[in-house]
Amino acid sequence: MSQLVPLPIVLPLLGAALSVVFGRWHGFQRLVGVVCLSTSLVISIVLLVAADDTGFVVAQGGGWPAPIGISLVVDRLSAIMLVVSAIMLLAVLVYAIGQGEVERVHAGFHPTYLVLAAGVAASLLTGDLFNLFVSFEMMLAASYVLITMGGRAAQVRSGMTYVVISLVASTFFIIVLALIYSATGTINLADLSERIPELSGEVQLMFAIALLVVFGIKAGLFPLFFWLPDSYPTAPAPVTAIFAGLLTKVGVYAIIRTQTLMFPIDARPATLILVVAALTMTVGVFGAIAQDDVKRILSFHIVSQIGYMIFALGLFTVAGVAAAVFYTFNNIILKTNLLLVAGLVERRGGSSRLSEVGGMVRTAPLLGLLFALPALSLAGLPPFGGFVAKFAVFDAGAWSEQWVLVGVAAFVSLLTMYSMTKIWAGAFWGEREEEPSGRPEPGGRLGGPVLMVGSTAAVVLVGLAVMIWAAPLYAFTERAAVDLLDPSRYVEAVLGERP
Amino acid sequence: MSLLIAFVASMLVGCGTWLLLQRRLSRIIIGVGLLGHGANLLLLVSGGRRGTAPLIGVGDAADFADPLPQALALTAIVITFGVTTFLLALGFRAWQISNDDVVEDDVEDRYIARRAQIDREVADEIEAERAQAAEEDRR
Repeated sequence: MSQLVPLPIVLPLLGAALSVVFGRWHGFQRLVGVVCLSTSLVISIVLLVAADDTGFVVAQGGGWPAPIGISLVVDRLSAIMLVVSAIMLLAVLVYAIGQGEVERVHAGFHPTYLVLAAGVAASLLTGDLFNLFVSFEMMLAASYVLITMGGRAAQVRSGMTYVVISLVASTFFIIVLALIYSATGTINLADLSERIPELSGEVQLMFAIALLVVFGIKAGLFPLFFWLPDSYPTAPAPVTAIFAGLLTKVGVYAIIRTQTLMFPIDARPATLILVVAALTMTVGVFGAIAQDDVKRILSFHIVSQIGYMIFALGLFTVAGVAAAVFYTFNNIILKTNLLLVAGLVERRGGSSRLSEVGGMVRTAPLLGLLFALPALSLAGLPPFGGFVAKFAVFDAGAWSEQWVLVGVAAFVSLLTMYSMTKIWAGAFWGEREEEPSGRPEPGGRLGGPVLMVGSTAAVVLVGLAVMIWAAPLYAFTERAAVDLLDPSRYVEAVLGERP
Repeated sequence: MSLLIAFVASMLVGCGTWLLLQRRLSRIIIGVGLLGHGANLLLLVSGGRRGTAPLIGVGDAADFADPLPQALALTAIVITFGVTTFLLALGFRAWQISNDDVVEDDVEDRYIARRAQIDREVADEIEAERAQAAEEDRR
């Protein structure tokens, strides 16, 4: 089983190489992309089953035992993230093929997209802090290219902010790595889990906060989120969708992983995390309310939703961490979904500004349905998956008696509902108030090309599947949380039995 | 020696941060480069004391320098190099488009701010009309 572990990283990289070499043959590029991503989806599912069976699947790079070699570790958290991200990557690739804009014009789209897939998988699988840095860089370097692909003035402008802020975060990551290495003499996560408790309390806390800042920039935590709503909406629609779904959540994954695995319970900055969570939730949602553009409203919501995950994590109880994991993967699905629909709305209406589109419920009723289901879920209405996720967060908060935060979360939930109705009223009801800045494309009865609408519908179905199988999934995340809160199991799986 | 390197690293990071806060992309790129150098120096110094080249069969293993931070620094240098090249290309593109490399504000942000101002002006007008009407009523 452990031979399978590197494949979700290796396969897309191999596909990227093939895609570069045969860049002239467009059909071949598409085939390679779809085949690679579907194969890694199948492998991810096999790994998920195996990880749920035994707890951990570990592969040691080059056959060197940890901590000398580089370990790749699949536990329940990384397995579920891997499966969900593989589904999203595949669906968005099909969407991009259906859209045929950026994907057709630029021969570099497919290779870059596959490198992004490899980077995401590597970030989720790695058991080594430096490798986490390298994986993040792989993912981010691909994202730099994707976000500026096309080279329009707006993209270059927002791309600069995005690249520079990511670079600063990466440099800070290296600095923290250097400090951690000089303090402990290791960068293997499992090994660090044993060595860090030997340090003095202040040093531990400093490392915990420094790593929180590093990944907080990538995840879009308050006050480090300012780059996000500016840069994401300018990218081509499929790129925005996959970024919104995956990139920030990989940051959240890194926060969950490092905080629970590396630091003992008293060294985790729990209060800080809770305060930051409350501010992230509220500032994000207020930002969303002020916006007038579908993509920007949704981008601010990314920030607001990250707050919920971090809130649940900051409780550091089994219920809390389980809720954080559930919320994270459910949110990947919802966010990708909503931005895919936003791309369709933009294509059909010629603009993503609310004043320039309208009446879509008559002209493209299917798009209305595809938007309404994830939007209601995001707002947390029963019986959707978003309700289960939010309920789990509230429940965990109530058990830990964090009443203020539960109140804030409920209030933010209402405002989320408000801004979703704002999109609905602006884009789907009423009439357009101004002429659209772009050219509306006729969408036929479906509201768009078959592949675009089809892949969006597939993502909606995945979201509904979360609702239907909410109980087994929640039980699964609870098992994941138990593992996360008891790092000795992870350490034992990676380093072997301890005398 | 370590103290000197630490001092140099802090100087590099300091200058890099200052350059990063400038408006021109060319300066920002140099700043990013300096920051990267500072971080890499810090990585190098995190390996502890100096020693001989860690080649098996040459010299005593007890005298070896720690090779891991050097490998890490090398990787980090390559990554910084690649991304800096990308930033330079981006800066060139910005110059192609606008003949300038100043990083501009978020356009949409200004749009939202302007909308708020218009709202305020309209509210003020209504307020003024109401006051006028009330004035006339009193007369």
